[in-house]
Formats: sequence, C-alpha cells, structure tokens
Amino acid sequence: MGGNGKSNEFDVIIVGGGATGAGTARDCSLRGLRVLLVERFDFAAGATGRNHGLLHSGARYAVTDRESASECIKENMILRKIARHCVEENDGLFITLPEDDLGYQATFVESCQAAGIDARIIDPEEAKRMEPSVNPSIIGAVKVPDGSVDPFRLTLANVLDAKAHGAKVLVYHEVTALIKEGGKVVGVTVVDHKTKAAHNYYAPLTINAGGIWGHGIAAMAGVRVDMYPAKGSLLIFGHRVNNIVLNRCRKPANADILVPGDTICLIGTTSSHVGFDEVDDMRVTPDEVDLLLSEGEKLAPSLATTRILRAYAGVRPLVASDDDPTGRNISRGIVLLDHEKRDGVPGFATITGGKLMTYRLMAEWATDLACSKLGVDRPCTTMTDPLPGSRDEDEMPKGKSFIVKNPIRKSLEGRHGDFSSKIPSDNEYDASLVCECEDVTVGEVKYALNELDVNNMVDLRRRTRVGMGTCQGELCACRAAGLLGEAHNCSEKAKSDLAKFLNERWKGVYPVAWGDALRENEYAQWVYAGVCGMEQND
Amino acid sequence: MKFDVVIIGGGLAGLTCGIRLQGMGVKCAVVSAGQSALHFSSGSFDLLNKLPDGSDVVNPLKSAEKLDAVHPYGKIGGSLEFYAAEAKKQLIESGVVVSGDASANTYRITPMGTLKPTWLTMEDFLSLPDRDSLPGRKILIVNVAGFLDFNTKFIADSFEKRGAECRMIAVSIPETERLRVNPTEMRAPNIARTFENKDTLNALLSKIGTESDGFDCVVLPAVFGLSDSVSVKMLSDRLDCKVCLVPTMPPSVPGIRSQMSLRRAFERLGGVFMLGDTVVKADFGDNKVVRIYTENHGDYGIEAGSYVLATGSYFSKGLVARPDSVAEPVFGCDVDCSANRADWYDVSFFKPQDYMRFGVVTDGGFHAVKDGKAVCNLYTIGSVLGGFNALQQGCGAGVSMITALYVADNIIKG
Repeated sequence: MGGNGKSNEFDVIIVGGGATGAGTARDCSLRGLRVLLVERFDFAAGATGRNHGLLHSGARYAVTDRESASECIKENMILRKIARHCVEENDGLFITLPEDDLGYQATFVESCQAAGIDARIIDPEEAKRMEPSVNPSIIGAVKVPDGSVDPFRLTLANVLDAKAHGAKVLVYHEVTALIKEGGKVVGVTVVDHKTKAAHNYYAPLTINAGGIWGHGIAAMAGVRVDMYPAKGSLLIFGHRVNNIVLNRCRKPANADILVPGDTICLIGTTSSHVGFDEVDDMRVTPDEVDLLLSEGEKLAPSLATTRILRAYAGVRPLVASDDDPTGRNISRGIVLLDHEKRDGVPGFATITGGKLMTYRLMAEWATDLACSKLGVDRPCTTMTDPLPGSRDEDEMPKGKSFIVKNPIRKSLEGRHGDFSSKIPSDNEYDASLVCECEDVTVGEVKYALNELDVNNMVDLRRRTRVGMGTCQGELCACRAAGLLGEAHNCSEKAKSDLAKFLNERWKGVYPVAWGDALRENEYAQWVYAGVCGMEQND
Repeated sequence: MKFDVVIIGGGLAGLTCGIRLQGMGVKCAVVSAGQSALHFSSGSFDLLNKLPDGSDVVNPLKSAEKLDAVHPYGKIGGSLEFYAAEAKKQLIESGVVVSGDASANTYRITPMGTLKPTWLTMEDFLSLPDRDSLPGRKILIVNVAGFLDFNTKFIADSFEKRGAECRMIAVSIPETERLRVNPTEMRAPNIARTFENKDTLNALLSKIGTESDGFDCVVLPAVFGLSDSVSVKMLSDRLDCKVCLVPTMPPSVPGIRSQMSLRRAFERLGGVFMLGDTVVKADFGDNKVVRIYTENHGDYGIEAGSYVLATGSYFSKGLVARPDSVAEPVFGCDVDCSANRADWYDVSFFKPQDYMRFGVVTDGGFHAVKDGKAVCNLYTIGSVLGGFNALQQGCGAGVSMITALYVADNIIKG
C-alpha cells in the first residue's frame, strides 16, 4: 500500500498497546501498511504487563491442550532469537511432590514430546543440585526449556520497530467510538487524555486488540465478543529465590509456577471470574495472598521467609466458548474474528484470547487477515527478523566516551540491548544514579523521557525499572519526579505524578503489608507525607 | 551488670529519658540497635498539627486538651505544658538549639517548597509565622551540582506561586565533583562531610559569592553541619542575606547531628550508651522485669530497678507486623491492633493508616501491659506506644520527648 494519504488516513488502525497490538502494528508496518496504533493508557499497561513473564515451553499445556503447547514451544524458540534482550534462558523444572501422583509424570513427558517440547525426566537429587531452592521432598522432576521474558521490554521493542517502519503511535488516546458508514467500520474517534480533544482517524480496517477491554470496543461496532474476565493474582518477592522456573507436575492449578526474572521472582497465579466493572482496578485480596503463599512454599520452602515486595493482578482475555461462532478457535487459545464474515460488519476484526507467549503468532494471523483484505501480498518475516535491541552482537559501540561502569552498565545493556548505546552516558550527571536498587541512571531516564513515549512516572517504571526494586521507590521516586519536572518544565505535574506513583506502589504493597514490606512503607509514608508534607491532590 | 534504669532504644525518646535521669544522678544504660527515626528528621520537632478527626491545630497545648486517655497526651493531661517547656529546655542544653512555642505552631519549609506546621525548629532552619509566608521576596536557590535529593525547581515553583521571585543555580567545586565519580556517593551526609572542611566550604561560598547580589534570601539544601553547627554559622556570616536551609531526602544531616548531640550529652552526664546491641529476651518474676539479655552480652544478663521500652515503631523494629497480628518483640507486651488485616490500612497512600495507631498498651502511668497486667517496673515511651497516629497528627517528636520526661520524673519519684 503506502502512498501519501491524508495525515488522518491509514491502511489499518490497531486498538490496544499490549503485546498483541504492538506486535500487530510491527507486523503490519513491516509488510508496508500504513499503521495507526492507539493505546488508552501506556504500552503493556493491561494483561501484558500483569502476568508471570514466563517464557512458556508449552509443557504446562502439553497434556490438556496439545495445540497450544506446540504453538508455545515454536514461539519460545522464535523469541529466543528475535527478542534476545527480553529473554532469560533459565530452563524449567516440573516437580512432583509426595502429595502429587507420580504416575502423571509419564503422561506429561509423553505429551510434551508429542508437542515437540524437549522434556527430560531427571533424578530428583540432580534437580536439587540444579536448583537448590526447590522443595527437598520432591519425588520426581522433569526438565523443560522454560524461560523468562520481560513483557514491557518486549512490547516496547515491537513499538519501536513499528515506528521505525512508519507507524504512528498514540498513547493516552482512548477510542470512544467507531466511525461507521453504511454498516462498515471506516475509522475511529479518539480522545486525547491530556488535551481532552477528540480526533477522527480513518482506515479500511480497524483491528481490535484491546484484550479484555476488546469486549467494549467490539460493542462500539455493534458486535458481541463475549469475554470471560478471569483475574489472576501474583506475588513478587524481593530477590531471586530460584534461577530455574519451578512448576508443579500436575494438571494446571492455582499458584503452581515460580518464575525468576531480572532481580526478583514471582509466584502465581490464582484464577477467579470477575465482573467487567472491576477490570480497570484489579486489587489483590488477603485470601489470594494467603493461597499464593501457602502454595508457593510447596515449590520453594524459603519463600516463607523471603520478603514479599508487592502483589498485583491481571485479567486474562478469555473468550467464552459458547459464543464462539466457529467453534474451531477456542481450543487453540487464539481467537481471530473477522466481523465481516461473522457479523456482517466489514472493516472490523478482533484478535484476542491467546497469551503473551503467542503474541507474535496472533499478530501474524491478524496481519495476514489485514493483508488479504487490503490485497497486499507480502509474507510475514517476524519469525526471523530480530527486534530492535536484539540485533547487534556487540552492543556497545567501541571508542565511545562512556563513564558508566559495571555493574550499572550491564544493567543498562540488559534492559535496552543494542539500544543502550543511545543512552546519554558521557558525563557525571548522566551517569549518576536515580534508582539505586535497579541501577537506573539519569541518562537512562532522559533517554526514556525523550525517546520511549514516557508521559508519567508509572510509564517510566515500565521502561526502566525505576521503583521496581526492594525500596519500591523510596528515594528514586523523588529523584525521577525531579527529572520529569525538568523534562516537561512543570513541577506541578511532576509532583502530582509523584503522588500518583506512590499510590500505585502502595496498591501493590498493602495486600502484603506486614513484616519488611510494612516497615519499608512506614518509612516511605514518613518521608513523603511527613518530611515532604505531600498530600493527595485529586 | 547493674544499673538503676536500662532504656531500650537510643532514638529521640530513649535519649531524652536517659539525659533527664542521668542528670538527676540516676545510673542509666541505653541499649541502641543503631539508626533511629532522627535519621529522616526534617530538622523540626512537631508537637501536634492535627487532631484525630483531621482538623488543623493552631495552638497545640489548647487542642491537646481534647485528646482522650488513649492518646499519650491524654494520659499526661495538665502537665503537658510543663513537659513541653522542659523538652525544649533539655534539647537546647543538650546542644540541639531550637526555637518555637508550644502554644503557637509555626511553619517549616518542606523539600517540596510547601509549608507544614511544627513546634520546635533547629537553628539551621527558618520557621515562618503563617501558611502563606515566604523566606524572602527575591530568592536564590542553590544546589550542589548533581545532588538529586534536593529539587530546586519544586521549591522555586512553590515559592513563585506565593509571589516570590526565584533563581536557581547549581554550584560545583572539585570536592563535590570527586564524590560524583561513584554515583551512589551523592547523599546528603557525604556532601556534608566534605563541607566540614573550612576550605571546601569557603570554595563553595566564593562560588555563590556575587551570584547572591540583589537577593534577600539564599536557599540551600541541608547538607551543612554534620557534627556541629559551625559550618551553618559560617554560611550566615559569609552570605550577605538571609540563609535558609531546606531539608533534603534522607538521610537527614540535621537529624544525624541531633542524634549525636543527644548521645554526647547523655554520655557526658555519665550514661552508658551500648551501640549496636539488641535486647533479645527478658526474665520476669513477681510481675516485674528481673533482667534482660542482649545479643552482645549473651548469657550475661543486665539488671536494673526500672526498664524503659523506647524501641520505636515498625521502622525501628519496636513493633513487628505479622500477617495476622502486631507484636512487641522484646518483652511480648500487649499490642492494641485490629485482628483483621484489611483494617490496618487505607488504600490511599496519603490517608491516615490505622497500622500507625497500633502500639503497646499501657496504664495511665505508662507501665507496659503484658498478658492483661501492667508490669510495675517496665515503662513505655515514644513511637512504640499505641493510641495515636504520629504521622497524621504530627505529634511524633512531641510524644517521644514528653512521654520520656514524664516517665523519667515518675521513676525518680519512685
């Protein structure tokens, strides 16, 4: 396609800045389509950023859903290559505890192998040597190629590449209506959260990648996509208890995966049906915390004495099976709905279901549909094209004046891959630390503010890990707010942003507010509400 | 080892109590685990800023009359005025020079540039008479280049909103540049340590030098006077206009200095300060504490006629929160707390948090209650006490000092 249309005309409009939307924007723009990506808040603000960050081998689904399992292992192998800087190749263990049926192990391994997953039974003693944190009473262990993936980094890399290929990206822009002409969807009306101004954008195809919020987007087109909002809660611990992903070798159940990632590890999840009125403000209940802890301790007993950093919850965009008109897609997890065929509404499609692991495949399906509708014949290349950040072997250009030393330099490289060379690092000011828990420099914050669509401190956290460490933002929040005030030349906004950031952190802490989590928070409340005299300002 | 009184906790409450007792010839030991809440002090001491219902307090002494007997001030009742005056006097005698009046709150400048009510303010800082005051009309706000825990823009914008004219500058000298080589070194106490050297401070002053011409006030971060107030005085002597320090993010330089002054005052009077030690258990007999054991002294118990619990709140581990209860870990005293964890907090970070109200239950004379019975030689003072929310009510320092003095006098009276 291409060509010089008007600035508000595109080939495809994608609604939703999670991994699926960002991946679809990337794939579409790589195939030459003019793309608009619209996100209501920030990238990865919904379910994309609220899960385990598990690079599934697919083993978890091998027995119950072989098709999902084989999709997972294929995507797992692809992400290891194309998103190197977002992935940790940690491996995984499926352990059998005395209370579990050891007989399940054989079925499990057989199913894994049938799905193409390299699953190997190993001696429990060897498993304990490989992963010393594992429950010592295990009676069985299977090794699988699980890993960890940083969903924020992954989503952002897709956005950056989409933009590099001409996509227009709008964050903090909410779709308030679909524009219809004679029953066909021809565009979207979007409200800018900052200016409150409404704009119309037009395209022959709008793709709904809104996750659980896609239910509401579809309703704007007058079609029903019946979603089943399933809340999943997780707990983050203050350091890496394990270095290998720990799973229970049994049918998938609550709180049976412990994933190490970056500086922390996390246990999850619970699963419960919630109403649509709750999906914008998920809060973790005391019962869920108790369940996660008691089950988590069975995987790694030392969790009982490990500091909990915070609790959070996401909503899986499951599609209710009784309303799936084709009856084919539900078993695969991924649901692609061509509303022209399904509901007689041309110009509109929905991509949903699936999981973070299969975001690329979902994007490929959605883009294939877009191309066929727009008459574009270009193959998908995202299974081989590395994402920005994962391209160069030698990440830091040699000879550049660079005063940031290890281990801080390693942290920057880990987060930004080959893009870390874009981080201002050549004077003392840019090298000074904002966040001492996560080694985030002034330069990294500046880079995120200038180039990564950061509007506020919560966005900044998603890009850089500011405030994600053990202190949960005690000192760095104020420092980062200062830089934000400087960048936007508005300290009022920076101060109110700081208040919002602290509230958002507290939302994750209060469900686990005892022990050191409460101590740390008491201190933070004294510093910000006491010494600084801050108050809620909305 | 035998003392007349052993005080557990070396923060504001414990040291205030120790100084009072030791000054009256009572042989005291203070067992201190380390840093106290003074390390994040604002440089001011609050008496009472708000009542539990959230209403603002102008005259703390008068408003305190409305507090019930659960609140430590309610237990002290009519003696509050006397003890408030004694607290101020003792601080000054201990080398922490403060000004302020218990019957009229003044206003301190926060790191955000806003004003917050307070009672006593250290000599380093300005306290202003009302909420709309400014330290000057034309204000120069100076930071040390690269120091991120002090934000000149936050302060300037706040002052400008109230009608001042502000200019911001960042000053760098070789000594502070050297600190920046290691990015974690740019903390207030480290910077203050370099300014303890007169030549370094002079270098800074000559950099500010003519920049302050035409301004009636210079605002600086509180990174001066780590061990004494000499460098703070040098600032006012050398700069031609009013000097106004503003607190930084922690650690607090004036707080560290107060802590050291109080400790020195206590030791000068002959008190024994056991730094870096923690009380691990106690023997009880006949409704009394018989002796205590510390980590460093092992099986070698410490005996005293009276014991004072001044271990602070959660931050200092005076209180330990578990998933279903809050405990006092040294003596196992009774703690007033709700059984349902969901009641401990408000979901808004800035609203009053109920967990801050929890603390040790005492009788009217601050005897700690254990298993429902007041222990006759165990007193409780400061933030480990229950019945008040120090953050919401702005009364943490006041409760610490006033309960400390009140208990000390009761011990002396026998």
